[in-house]
Amino acid sequence: MARAAARKSEIRSLKSEVKNLKPLDLDRLIHERLRLGIVSALAVNERLTFNDLKRLLRTTDGNLSVHARKLEEAEYIACDKSFEGRIPRTEYRITAAGRKAFEKYLAHMEAIIKAAKG
Amino acid sequence: MPARPEAIHAHAIENLRYIRETMERAGAFTAVPGWGGVLMGVSALAAAVISGPPDDTTRWVAVWLIDAVVAVVIALAATAWKARISGVSLFGVPALRFALAFAPPLVAGMVLTPVFVMMGLMARLPGCWLLNYGTAVATGGAFSVRIVPIMGLCFMTLGVVAFGAPAAWGHWLMAAGFGGLHIAFGLIIARRYGG
Repeated sequence: MARAAARKSEIRSLKSEVKNLKPLDLDRLIHERLRLGIVSALAVNERLTFNDLKRLLRTTDGNLSVHARKLEEAEYIACDKSFEGRIPRTEYRITAAGRKAFEKYLAHMEAIIKAAKG
Repeated sequence: MPARPEAIHAHAIENLRYIRETMERAGAFTAVPGWGGVLMGVSALAAAVISGPPDDTTRWVAVWLIDAVVAVVIALAATAWKARISGVSLFGVPALRFALAFAPPLVAGMVLTPVFVMMGLMARLPGCWLLNYGTAVATGGAFSVRIVPIMGLCFMTLGVVAFGAPAAWGHWLMAAGFGGLHIAFGLIIARRYGG
């Protein structure tokens, strides 16, 4: 109950924060297409492997590595590396900061659409 | 020069659409086997020919229980094959959600089967099986591609029809559901969703 109330108040404060944003204030880190895809996919999955993301976003190893690294550096996602037998396994998950940034980005998009509708 | 408002607006709509589609794809279990469904359908058609109309013998039930075992083997093998070729994890969250939603109605059907037999309602088993299987496909399908829950609803409708139809039609309704619906939807899934 208290958690739901805290969440509601967090969303309210995000919305009021977004009201004062201009289109150019967009979170550029998330705004890039592939990075937006990575964060969106991780928002609905606790964890996804590198291969899951590659298949889902239909991209190459190199491209995914570069963009995932940028999100990792911003601490929007976290990466866990392990071994399955002798095969290396890389898993990604979204962090609290990443989720907040994603929600803020969504609210920003909605605000832009709402403003255009007048 | 600032970007034109309508262009930003269109871009925002497109971005939200991309986010929604990615989230849907990421959360859905996509290894539902199309060709496996076709094979299950063929085995059900064979079972309908062998079993004939429902009667009060355990032979009739046995034929369909054997077909159920065959269908489970086909489904597991085909799901594992499709998951492997499409790089989907069978132990990831989408697969787990699908399995957890799919299993309870099937368990209910397994419990109801001996109850129907003991109460002498064997001729009504087609309705029970079609309805329970359809419910499993519809609930599991909520975590899969859109066509799967539609297939579940078709099975459920056929189950309701089977409860109201003459008992002698039972094997035809089983053939229409476990045979026809599996083959028709299996072909669509195989063509549209990669196997």
